[in-house]
Amino acid sequence: MFFKESIGRRVFVVFNYTFCIIMAIVCVLPLVHIFAISLSDNVAVNAGLVKLWPVNFTLASYEYILSEAKFFRAMGISFTRVGFGIAIGMLMTVLAAYPLSKTKRQFASRQIYVWYFMVTMMISGGLIPNYLLISSLGLIDSVWALVLPSAVNVFNIILLQNYIKSLPDEIMESAFVDGAGHFKVLFQIILPLSKPVLATLVLFVAVAHWNSWFDGLIYMNRVQNYPLQSYLQTIVVDINMDLVQNVDDLLLNVTQKSSKAAQIFLAMLPILCMYPFLQRYFTSGIVMGSVKG
Amino acid sequence: MKQRSRKEKFIRMMKRDAALHLMLLLPVTMLLIFHYIPLFGIVIAFQNYNPARGFSNSPFVGLNNFKELFLTPGFVQALKNTVIIALGKIVLGIIVPVTVALLLNEMRKARVKKTIQTMIYLPHFISWVLMAGIIIEILNPRSGMLNQFLGLFGIDPIFFLGSNKLFREIVWVTDVWKEFGYATIIYMAALTSIDPSLYEAASLDGAGYFKKMLHITLPGISMTIVLLMTLKMGSILNAGFDQIFNLYSTITYESGDIIDTLVYRLGLGGGRFSLASAAGLFKSVISGTLLVLSYKVAHKTSGYRVF
Repeated sequence: MFFKESIGRRVFVVFNYTFCIIMAIVCVLPLVHIFAISLSDNVAVNAGLVKLWPVNFTLASYEYILSEAKFFRAMGISFTRVGFGIAIGMLMTVLAAYPLSKTKRQFASRQIYVWYFMVTMMISGGLIPNYLLISSLGLIDSVWALVLPSAVNVFNIILLQNYIKSLPDEIMESAFVDGAGHFKVLFQIILPLSKPVLATLVLFVAVAHWNSWFDGLIYMNRVQNYPLQSYLQTIVVDINMDLVQNVDDLLLNVTQKSSKAAQIFLAMLPILCMYPFLQRYFTSGIVMGSVKG
Repeated sequence: MKQRSRKEKFIRMMKRDAALHLMLLLPVTMLLIFHYIPLFGIVIAFQNYNPARGFSNSPFVGLNNFKELFLTPGFVQALKNTVIIALGKIVLGIIVPVTVALLLNEMRKARVKKTIQTMIYLPHFISWVLMAGIIIEILNPRSGMLNQFLGLFGIDPIFFLGSNKLFREIVWVTDVWKEFGYATIIYMAALTSIDPSLYEAASLDGAGYFKKMLHITLPGISMTIVLLMTLKMGSILNAGFDQIFNLYSTITYESGDIIDTLVYRLGLGGGRFSLASAAGLFKSVISGTLLVLSYKVAHKTSGYRVF
């Protein structure tokens, strides 16, 4: 009986490891595939010869991108929006999370504000009214249209206020007794203690801004104002290309393939570089945000 | 007398909390401008909005836009597609991560487990634009890796993204591929909070691994599963704009067009602001109601609180 079960267990363990390892490989395989394409000769790519290793290794597509001013301008806009996005977004999060972390007794009007923030999660004006607002504010074609509308993120505020709530009250109380005001307590006591959460939030905001593409597409009239992801959306995502049967177009398609792959890879690169840091923080971040609620 | 003391108390409170109000001033103003003001823009769903005339001078037409909406070719289909795609995502978005979390939980080699987790979380952080670029390449009928692979078995190339029969399945599979890993985090966290002494007691009673999983592990995370399921009900009309917009094309409108993409094409593509707003509002009201309901249920059943 005991022996029998242990065989079943062993079969399961072998199956489990095999399955999970294959699953993990499947998750990253497409990324390896696109990297291999970016380093391959176009003819090989279009013949479907490239799988996970470059065929006829060449850096031609990267050289081509180096000569593309458009790509780097778009990348610059993306870095700009990430920078402003972090600065303004974090300021908003910190300023809102601290007062909301107080109890009703400590902050009499808390509930009113809580409702004010909650309502924004339940209903929104939607695409057209938002667009009309941005355009009437004269923010079309301005980088502020990409930064300001999403500056107050209620989910991030909830995350931070939950963390602040979990800090022991005594730390703050002794500071208040010494005559410190709320601003001093927030910036000199609370924030230094909240470094891990703040790091998580900075990473969340950075990734969200880097990956954002739709706002660029609608709020920017001119392509030269597109952030990177919006710019790539216009050149990488083109399913109808697959339908093209015309030989001339086909050749055009052929020459673009590995340079498209290279641009996709370069756009992923900042995320991949940040990933080790992301990894360290986001697990705790998401758990704080959703389980404890 | 009583009135007065209440007033005094109010003033005293405001003085005491002045700094807190001051802190909230900036975030509150930002939300006012970028969230509450657009809410007034909803009126254009009840108007025959003309950009040249503005909100105040456009004629009101009552519910006409909503009537027209249901007569607009493709709207009912889009509604149907939205619900089908979203439901599939909700179901798969629970089954797959829970299964994977349970399997990972059975792993004893910490380093292998950690490496696997690192790999499966990664796709979550890549944008749908780039993911779509990769998926389009892999599914390419001529040179795509998948068709090359199927070719080994003598299967003719399939134009995956041009097939209404396969589009929804592709949406489901690619969504699972991108998000299942990240979704396991929450279940893994719930698993670590199960009391280890339960397992020891069960072992003494002669329970095997499978029995322990069935009677301890699964009930241990069942609250989390129910909670997430409840909260997800609010997104029954969110089929995932980013993903669909980057994967669909005119050929696959029939199976893949959703309300959000239709709103975009009607409004910013076609300049029919009022009709698009009506569609957006229709979705927003249903979603908002479901969201509030799901929060209420979650609060009742598991004490879940947002703030």
